[in-house]
Amino acid sequence: MNIVVCIKQVPDTTEIKINPETGTMIRDGVASIINPDDKGGLEMAIQLKEQFGAHVTVITMGPPQADIILREAFAMGADRAIHLTDRKFAGADTLATSYALAGALKKLDFDLLITGRQAIDGDTAQVGPQIAEFLDLPQVSYTQELKFDGEKTFTIKKATEEGYQMLAVEAPCVITVLSSANNPRYMSVGGIVDAYQKEVELWGKDNIDVEDHNLGLKGSPTRVRKAFAREVKPAGELYEVGTDEAVGIIISKLKEKFIL
Amino acid sequence: MNIEEYKGIYVFIEQREGVIQGVALELLGQARRLADQINDKVVALFLGNNISDKAQSLIAAGADKVICIDAPELEQYTTEPYTQAICQVIDEMKPDAILIGATTIGRDLGPRISARVKTGLTADCTKIETGENNELLMTRPAFGGNLMATIICPEHRPQMATVRPGVMVALEADSNRTGEIVNYKVNFNPAKFKVKILENVKEDSNKVDITDARILVSGGRGLGNAEGFELMTELATTMGAEVSASRAMVDAGFMGHDRQVGQTGKTVRPDLYFAFGISGAIQHVAGMEDSEFIVAVNKDKNAPIFQVSDLGIVGDAKQIIKKLNERLTKK
Amino acid sequence: MNFSLTREQILFQQMIKDFAEKEVKPLAAEVDELERFPYETVEKMAKIGIMGIPIPKQYGGAGGDNVMYAMAVEELSAVCGTTGVIVSAHTSLCCAPILENGTEEQKMKYLPKLASGEWIGAFGLTEAGAGTDAAGQQTTAVEDGDNWILNGSKIFITNAGPAHVYIVMAMTDKSQGTRGISAFIVEGDTPGFSVGKKEKKMGIRGSATCELIFENCIIPKENLLGKIGKGFGIAMKTLDGGRIGIAAQALGIAQGAIDETIKYVKERKQFGRAISAFQNTQFQLADMHARTEASRLLVRQAAHKKDQKLPYSVDAATAKLFAAETSSWVTNKAVQLYGGYGYTREYPIERMMRDAKITEIYEGTSEVQRMVISANLLK
Repeated sequence: MNIVVCIKQVPDTTEIKINPETGTMIRDGVASIINPDDKGGLEMAIQLKEQFGAHVTVITMGPPQADIILREAFAMGADRAIHLTDRKFAGADTLATSYALAGALKKLDFDLLITGRQAIDGDTAQVGPQIAEFLDLPQVSYTQELKFDGEKTFTIKKATEEGYQMLAVEAPCVITVLSSANNPRYMSVGGIVDAYQKEVELWGKDNIDVEDHNLGLKGSPTRVRKAFAREVKPAGELYEVGTDEAVGIIISKLKEKFIL
Repeated sequence: MNIEEYKGIYVFIEQREGVIQGVALELLGQARRLADQINDKVVALFLGNNISDKAQSLIAAGADKVICIDAPELEQYTTEPYTQAICQVIDEMKPDAILIGATTIGRDLGPRISARVKTGLTADCTKIETGENNELLMTRPAFGGNLMATIICPEHRPQMATVRPGVMVALEADSNRTGEIVNYKVNFNPAKFKVKILENVKEDSNKVDITDARILVSGGRGLGNAEGFELMTELATTMGAEVSASRAMVDAGFMGHDRQVGQTGKTVRPDLYFAFGISGAIQHVAGMEDSEFIVAVNKDKNAPIFQVSDLGIVGDAKQIIKKLNERLTKK
Repeated sequence: MNFSLTREQILFQQMIKDFAEKEVKPLAAEVDELERFPYETVEKMAKIGIMGIPIPKQYGGAGGDNVMYAMAVEELSAVCGTTGVIVSAHTSLCCAPILENGTEEQKMKYLPKLASGEWIGAFGLTEAGAGTDAAGQQTTAVEDGDNWILNGSKIFITNAGPAHVYIVMAMTDKSQGTRGISAFIVEGDTPGFSVGKKEKKMGIRGSATCELIFENCIIPKENLLGKIGKGFGIAMKTLDGGRIGIAAQALGIAQGAIDETIKYVKERKQFGRAISAFQNTQFQLADMHARTEASRLLVRQAAHKKDQKLPYSVDAATAKLFAAETSSWVTNKAVQLYGGYGYTREYPIERMMRDAKITEIYEGTSEVQRMVISANLLK
């Protein structure tokens, strides 16, 4: 059984602090990590490896410093790692990113392609399904659990707003996974010791099946017109009023904030 | 691609078991506002099985036209049938824009369509406006909400966006509105329907981790008796929120340690944090000060909690909870 | 001279910090309060190879180096002094002597299960009458056919009880003084061996510190570790390695105290501002940092020398002396910066101060370290 997992290196956005005066992000000292949903996907793949002896390939599209997440994947149990990197990929929106990744994935044989549901920096949740479309494969997103019958069929538990659905799909297929699906294992010490002994394959645009005009900024139908900080939280208001009036103020403030 | 040919702001009308979802009406409302700004039409894309009788309500909600695709293949949502249907519409009708609710369905469907049609999709928008060239300006949060970005799709059509539920505002239903209802037939390719639904399960989530809760109603010493605890719980139920506590209430035995917020409890970051009768000692504040919006009620106007709250009320917490609960239940 | 960590060490540091934060820290207060040995943590550590970091892969270990091992003890100790010493005593005082002195059979028999964490290890040298005067061993080992018979007792043995493998020193020839001491491997289920009373301690309260009692304890001949009469030398060399571990533990406790204090002083307000705004607080933290950084470099130097197979005994003693006294000094200052709240168990800082003290005492008191260092300087 062959499994490919797409993983992305992201800043740990849960640790990002905002400058209280300007509202801009303070990125210094924020660690780079494997995107949590992707890590859930990787853990799922390694569990399938333990169950079925599957071969697990990880692939990332990213700058040179993304190498470390491939090493981390090795130390968790991945068998093969591909680093897709080329300056021509820079500036890509989700469509151009998915196109490039699909170009690389077309060169691989797999029964199951796993991506994380969404990255905690881009927050789009688009790349997984777009890759599936480019590869002309069926997709199941919001995967919480996956069972394989050992032959061809995957039974998948998909999270919905009301609960969940059980779906069935045959290999090959694409799933996007939630970080809540499992508790990813730590790297093993032995795995860490060997992580840099293994080869990471470097692939550029010439190694894969793509056309230049669909890559990078040129290949991106969407553009960022403006990026800006959120409003700085102003100092809190304090009211010393009667109960009725107080409740009125609370309700109107909550409505203002779209909480009600 | 000749952009000029593309017309109409289309809204994907999400329905589950025949029930039109709130987000669809919100998007119709916003589409109406945008269409009026750029002198265009609002078209509702209504997919499902045996849903035609509901099409009229979409006109009342703001649509000029409803493309009603009523087919057994669309009974329950799976990616491929819905994608095929909408892509056929796009191919034939050439919409200028398509808005989709950013639900589990919308975020599965939107990207698949955008990749098939090779156009731009902007995810989870919290604001949509029109620009100087009548293009859509789609604003969305990134970096876990720490950064906002306004996205455009200048050279591709349709401009697509998934939109966060609960942000846009639906119009008041107006049964006097008129519009066109078109029953649209899709030529499906069933060979591509590879995903099978085995079962649908609705869950009642009883056990909630307070760190996952969107809204927390938290009580402290100022509420520390059975009556206070009951009031809190009622308010929480009304608001669909979870209850939590400072150490005082946990020590008094009203709540388990798993609901304690603070130094020796949990750190929470809900969208809304109510601090009722909580003084705001550092051990507690350290666990909740990153909440998006903090409402504090305490009878001591010098209580340190007011230094971190966004809205502070000096008053009797129990009275305020009671009244707030009354007013909210009435709605 | 390269002060950088290797790529593997950087990756390892990322993992162990994450592990300590998520798996060890949440239990630390309870482990201390209930004086409970954290078996579940040992199981988790075992699963990922933390119980056998510097043991070569051929013996079931992770094949890591001593710098990594020291880093592990440091990061674990930063959140829980107890967990740090469990790993340190197990690795340096039991795995290491077997690795460095054992026969191939002994290594194959004991190391894989110790490195995998299936077995926990301990080391018994100290006796009621033999602390700093370690040579005053009373426990005896008498040859009897194919066996050795051990009689006597040990006190203050770390991991005693949870451990299955004990490296025990005993007197085989009283007339020879230190050259009459030999080292033995004793398995926990040996008849005649029992674990005695558990000490109630000031700190590292979750660590099991007990007596070992040998009453005609019969162990097979093959369980002699190293040569007869070489036990004292083995013990001293073992303690050299152990000192790196304890120095790392002390370093971790100091760093943990600094990290917690920084968090606290930014939050705590007096006189209208956070106390971090006051120069006293700032200067104290600066001093705490400088000394802890110095400890770190000494620990890493000793570990690095051991990895390079260079003599490291004086470096280890220097690291332990300095790091231990630093951690007591730092944690004491930290409690002071916390003020009244720091004296309560609501905050972890008082536990860190209680945990720090033992690092100045066990595996060779600071006075012993001074003896080792000065003997080397004046030779």
